[in-house]
Amino acid sequence: MLCTKVCNFGAIEKDGDKVKFDLDLCVLCGSCEEVCRDNAIKIERKIIDKEALADYKDVWVWCETSEGRLRGVGLELVTKGRELADKLSENLVAVLIGHEIEAHAETLIHHGADKVYVVDEKIFEHYTTDAYTIALNTLIAPHKPSIVLYGATSNGRDLAPRVAARMALGLTADCTGLAIDDERQLIQTRPAFGGNIMAEIISPYTRPQMATVRPNVFKPDEPDTSRTGDIEKVEMTISPVQVRTRVLESVNETVEGMRSVEEADVIVCSGRGIKDPSNLEMPKKLAELLDGAVGGSRPIIDLGWLPPSQQVGQSGRTVCPKLYIALGISGAIQHLFGMQSSDIIVAINKDPDAPIFSVADFGIVGDIFTVLPEVIEAVEELQAKR
Amino acid sequence: MKQVPEVADVQVDEKTGTLIRDGVPSILNPFCEYAVEAAIQLKEKYGGEVTIITMGPPQAKEALLKALAMGGDKAIHMTDRAFAGADTWVTALTLAEQIKKMEFDIVICGKQAIDGDTAQVGPEIAELLSVPQICYVRHLELSEDEKFVIAHRETDEGYDVVRAKIPVLLTATKGLNEPRLPNIMGIMQAKKKPMEEVNAETLGYDVDKLGLKGSPTQVRKVFPPEKKKGGIKIDAEDPKAAARELVEFLAKKGAI
Repeated sequence: MLCTKVCNFGAIEKDGDKVKFDLDLCVLCGSCEEVCRDNAIKIERKIIDKEALADYKDVWVWCETSEGRLRGVGLELVTKGRELADKLSENLVAVLIGHEIEAHAETLIHHGADKVYVVDEKIFEHYTTDAYTIALNTLIAPHKPSIVLYGATSNGRDLAPRVAARMALGLTADCTGLAIDDERQLIQTRPAFGGNIMAEIISPYTRPQMATVRPNVFKPDEPDTSRTGDIEKVEMTISPVQVRTRVLESVNETVEGMRSVEEADVIVCSGRGIKDPSNLEMPKKLAELLDGAVGGSRPIIDLGWLPPSQQVGQSGRTVCPKLYIALGISGAIQHLFGMQSSDIIVAINKDPDAPIFSVADFGIVGDIFTVLPEVIEAVEELQAKR
Repeated sequence: MKQVPEVADVQVDEKTGTLIRDGVPSILNPFCEYAVEAAIQLKEKYGGEVTIITMGPPQAKEALLKALAMGGDKAIHMTDRAFAGADTWVTALTLAEQIKKMEFDIVICGKQAIDGDTAQVGPEIAELLSVPQICYVRHLELSEDEKFVIAHRETDEGYDVVRAKIPVLLTATKGLNEPRLPNIMGIMQAKKKPMEEVNAETLGYDVDKLGLKGSPTQVRKVFPPEKKKGGIKIDAEDPKAAARELVEFLAKKGAI
């Protein structure tokens, strides 16, 4: 009986020549239904109104700005969105909300957008849930896009559920894969259970299909400055009364020279093995050489050696840079969850059995205090040669 | 709050690629512990009553008892087969329908559950209750007149100090507090505190709009992630040589 084998949730048990379902454990994922040779398993689902869904067209991406700057994930979304729109033979529309941000519209077109809506008002200068929800809903409702994507940043994960709930829509969080199937549906792939399994999620009954997308997963294409597109400024009057939260102060904790771990191509991350905060000068030096960010695992963040914004792992940030260097990090599952999709992982640790080595492309078993200075020197030599 | 499997203990069956959940303990979601602790601290400082609500199978009662033992006053356990298979939207809808029946000043949720990691249910409840939200709160106080919350909301670069008028929904993240451990007295008292069970019928909501049937999203397939395999592993007997080998490797890969 295949169904007992494919169940990821331990909800099906053999009972003689029959099977028993534990519906409290079942999440109704349908894996058993798919493999049952006797067609004995049936999950009742809603009926889809295909005609109504066909009214929805175009792929939309919300490209976040922060203090007038376009966040990197915006370009990643435009690149991926272009691919999806091409597959559907539809347009790619980008939405820019903020203050004094119009200049980014052209950049988005160069990266693949056919059209950019620009909502540029003083009230959008700083992110608030209410103002941004109203702006997006006002744009989405009449235009009926088929797909809306958001970057899974702090603000994206705050905004997307609010917009989706206002329209009674489904939303898939933190996608690491997006594709279009034969029925023109968006297949949204995301990790669950601490990265132990991947789930493919669809939104079959409602449009637009909405998802937040993890930053750094999709790489942005090089811009094509010959590309042209439509830029439409949208006037939107939002009264301060409609905005029920007030940002009294915005505190930037990223220390001078300390880049955000979510946006950096290179992360040099330290763990308990670094022993003393004064020893962080070495990883900082290496990060500087590689134009990267300095990160920390949970124990050293808890000790206050680095600000919380630099924590990599399940209770911190999930990152996927091109290069991740783990120094004195053993590799608890919560840490691995936060970094294992990095392109290249390097680990230096004196414990040869540390779990971090099981995901490392290049591991050095040794003392970071003797190895790291040599690495810094070797990098400096290499850079001097170039 | 939510009861979740201890994700760190979940293992993957190498042969079938499925999760081994036997013997994995169920715990109160760590982010929800911050939420429960924050609610109890507010009560201790300003008075009021703390109601703990969860939606989940019968065994989720254990997590409710823990929250009561920490200092919650009463609990509501939303449990029914009709709730099963709910995605984040329907979970939020089900919880919001219950919360609407009650008087509240502040709703506090954990930022996200460690099994699903979506962080969506909190904001979705806020929208359904038509109250403002402040997500990822790591510091919380009330204004002098006790009419506003002032919270530090974690952002990608640091935090925002945000003020919102009560009623409001907050989601709690790490740093907000150190959740207390229930003591023996608390555990004894928890069993005597009121625990109400709510099912689809007592909720008074159309069962076709709940659980899997009401969910706009659907899990189509689950599969094991591509296993990242360890690559080169060398011993640093000669640190200089090891460092050079590493840098050469990275240069060849175009990583530096």
